Amino acid sequence: MTEGRVRVLMAKAGLDGHDRGVKVVARALRDAGFEVIYTGLHQTPEQVVNAAVQEDVDAIGLSLLSGAHMTLFPRILSLLAEQDATDIRVFGGGTIPDDDVQSLKALGVAEIFTPGASTVDIVEWVRTHVGESAVSGR
Amino acid sequence: MDNSGIDGRVATLTERLLRGDRRAAGRLISTIEDDSASVEQIMRAVYPHTGQAYVVGLTGPPGAGKSTVVDELIRVLRESELRVGVVAVDPNSPFTGGAILGDRIRMMRHAADPGVFIRSMGARGHLGGLAVAAFNTALLLDAMGMDIILVESVGVGQSELEITGAADTTVVVIPPGMGDGVQAIKAGIMEIADVFVVNKADHPQAERTVADIRELLRMDPSPPDWLPPIVRTVATQNQGVDELWRVVQRHRQYLEQSGELRRRRKRRVEREIVGIAEVRLRAQVLNPKLATTEFETMIDQAAERKIDPYQVVERVVPRSSDAGR
Repeated sequence: MTEGRVRVLMAKAGLDGHDRGVKVVARALRDAGFEVIYTGLHQTPEQVVNAAVQEDVDAIGLSLLSGAHMTLFPRILSLLAEQDATDIRVFGGGTIPDDDVQSLKALGVAEIFTPGASTVDIVEWVRTHVGESAVSGR
Repeated sequence: MDNSGIDGRVATLTERLLRGDRRAAGRLISTIEDDSASVEQIMRAVYPHTGQAYVVGLTGPPGAGKSTVVDELIRVLRESELRVGVVAVDPNSPFTGGAILGDRIRMMRHAADPGVFIRSMGARGHLGGLAVAAFNTALLLDAMGMDIILVESVGVGQSELEITGAADTTVVVIPPGMGDGVQAIKAGIMEIADVFVVNKADHPQAERTVADIRELLRMDPSPPDWLPPIVRTVATQNQGVDELWRVVQRHRQYLEQSGELRRRRKRRVEREIVGIAEVRLRAQVLNPKLATTEFETMIDQAAERKIDPYQVVERVVPRSSDAGR
């Protein structure tokens, strides 16, 4: 049977050079047994989605501190739809106001973590919402 | 034994892969990585369409700049309008089974290029071993129509050597200043190198490293028909990688004209077959016996020096013609 190997792509999108947080989360996910593909800084939505398709990840985790979240998240969601890849979950983290969090969730972003969220919470969320659906969906 | 739903899904994905569909390619690579049963079905459909691509392996110690060289090679190949598949194997994995695969970071400028397909691969969960998984991934990229496939792996252990050893041309990337370190990597790696790259060649120690490699090559008691060239690159500054590609093409020409390419590929297929057979033998014959309480007891006895390890093996796999029954 399948190994239940869950892959998560972690990326920094747009003009935002702060990668400390995304690296901490990437390490936490690795330590929890996930396979993390880290793509680095300044990614365009096109790069992120194409990499996600090639790597066949179960989820995309996007770190955003630039304020461009209302542009970049919807763009990623629509590119995923174009590529027949809406089963790839999108979650994110960053300085994102509550109102925007609600709007993004309504658009289809699975979860947003705002400052103060612990890596334990994030790992647990990925385990429940990505890990299990990924395994049962195979 | 499989239900037809899975067979049907794999069949559809395989058709899409052969038409060059990237989503299907990503999916099928996961399937061959995860699930041993579907691999046979996929290979039956895909294998006749392979053998077209030329496979270049790149290996070398950590920090040599392999991913950057690969990134530059992709650029050079795309300028010639060649379609490029990349398998980036990163065997570093902590005990949890998790991994951070970061080779892509250096190659992200090619992420949205429809003529490039890059796949990262970690170490875990490969029933047939990492080398077989990387090899099968290269076959899928071949079948989807890639002209050149670059297989990148850290050259430290035996399995990594097997990975790049399965290439048509093997490039060994060495950073400057290894000094006697070149001696240390001699075992295994020197033998598989068709081309050497001394990357970061603007470093003061680079010429010394070139001289060290040349010296090692000279010590080879039987000079081969192909003496591995040494190419200097500064991959971060786009220097030398065009020359590297010219040298690889020259090697390809040598392999084709000497008949060595056919021999190499035949040996590769042979190793692949033996590898698959070993995995099956282990799973069918050995593993069931190792999972018994009797075996556990025998380990205890051997640890207490009541019997020796060879006696244990004799009971598990008797040395006779009907062994494994």
